[in-house]
Amino acid sequence: MEQLQKLSEAIINGDAKAARELTREALNHRVDPKVIVKDYLIPAMDEVGKRFECNEFFVPELLIAARAMKGSLELINPILASRGDKPAGRVVIGTVKGDLHDIGKNLVASMLEGAGFEIIDLGVDVSPETFVNSIKEKQPTFLALSALLTTTMPSMKHTIDALKEAGIRDNVKVLVGGAPVSSRYAEEIGADGYSDSASGAVGLVRSLMT
Amino acid sequence: MHSTLQEIVALRPVITDGAWGTQFQTKGLPQGACPDQLNLTKPEWVEQVARSYIDAGSNIILTNTFGANSIILEKHGLREKTFDINRAGASISKAAAAAKAFVFGSIGPSGKMLLMGEVTEDALKDAFSEQATGLAEGGADAIIVETMSDLEEAKIALASAKATGLPVFVSMVFDSGKDKDRTLMGTTIEDAASVLEEAGADGIGANCGSGIESYVPVARRLRASTKLPVWIKPNAGMPEIVDGKIIYTITPSAFASHAKTIIDAGVDFIGGCCGTDPAYIESLVHLK
Repeated sequence: MEQLQKLSEAIINGDAKAARELTREALNHRVDPKVIVKDYLIPAMDEVGKRFECNEFFVPELLIAARAMKGSLELINPILASRGDKPAGRVVIGTVKGDLHDIGKNLVASMLEGAGFEIIDLGVDVSPETFVNSIKEKQPTFLALSALLTTTMPSMKHTIDALKEAGIRDNVKVLVGGAPVSSRYAEEIGADGYSDSASGAVGLVRSLMT
Repeated sequence: MHSTLQEIVALRPVITDGAWGTQFQTKGLPQGACPDQLNLTKPEWVEQVARSYIDAGSNIILTNTFGANSIILEKHGLREKTFDINRAGASISKAAAAAKAFVFGSIGPSGKMLLMGEVTEDALKDAFSEQATGLAEGGADAIIVETMSDLEEAKIALASAKATGLPVFVSMVFDSGKDKDRTLMGTTIEDAASVLEEAGADGIGANCGSGIESYVPVARRLRASTKLPVWIKPNAGMPEIVDGKIIYTITPSAFASHAKTIIDAGVDFIGGCCGTDPAYIESLVHLK
């Protein structure tokens, strides 16, 4: 168990090499992969999120921790999948139509991937129709929409309207974020959630799962 | 201090300009289209926006080149036009200024993160050098590297722009952390100022990110951290949706009253970022 505690520390410190080695070691010692994820990896990412909230960590630390987490999950997920365990949830993510900015979207995708979610990244300048088709095909639990520009924010509303028209609005929870977006705007356009940071997005998604 | 810069700083408080992108949208630029391309395809629109700020009383106007680096232009299939778009942007602003104002060539971020390995330092250097050379060739009096979230990228842009021999200002976005006083990467105002001063910046600033009301402490801290001229361009508050339209609710006169406090904090250059237009600049001119 001491080794597993070290695994948590490796994730928090963003030490991807150590995280992989400790994960491999734990799996060799027949520790239940589900226990590794639930009791050590996720609490480590929660700690990273907490440090982010109190200004101890910033985006660079978030990213290297998420990268270390991803490395561990690459060893664990195939085992879970072969046992028939499902991932935490599936997220379709993209920057809305008219907007070519992807830094914020990529940050959120990395953090959610680090938290164990399966990410389907549709890229930038994604039309409402493309989002609708992807949701029909991939059946995700969440749809995450990003916009950096004030002028492209309305594409978030158009996307939600397109989901309604296609009769699939209630099949997904819609999350929105980006520099000009506010919780008030999220409410106005009928989104299910809003986060002002990539770290907050993980907590938001988890809170909407229960 | 560079002689042109000395002349500009003497106008203190120096009034800069407001937003450009939204002005093009009202003229009919479609959503998602490249505004920088207008320098070649609709130069008359660009000149109208430039002149609207000259008429409002700006001492400095920027250029319509914020996203005109080869990394962004490539996404629009315009990579080979990089130099031409920048040269045209500078010469349009220069013509509109008609010797009544100075022109600062605008260099914005690449939109790619060094840390994520999305772009290399060399690729950034090439992109910013080409852009800066075009701006200098078009007659810019100085260069403003603006809206930067990553100090590393800002330093590369600064060094590339300095190679033109023009004075170069660098303006960062401080909108992260619980007090919204760090860059996205976690850099403090004080660290940004000292690193940029050391790296040879001729002026240091903050722009975009948040509304003007939160800029007073940022301005004070920047002023206390550097001997260089300080440049501030806040947004007109946070956008809100009224009757399905996106508007900025702060009025030009409320904007100017915050700006007065910012100028009193010792800031040399003041203007507006997202959500501001010539009416906001006019209200700043009245402070002089």
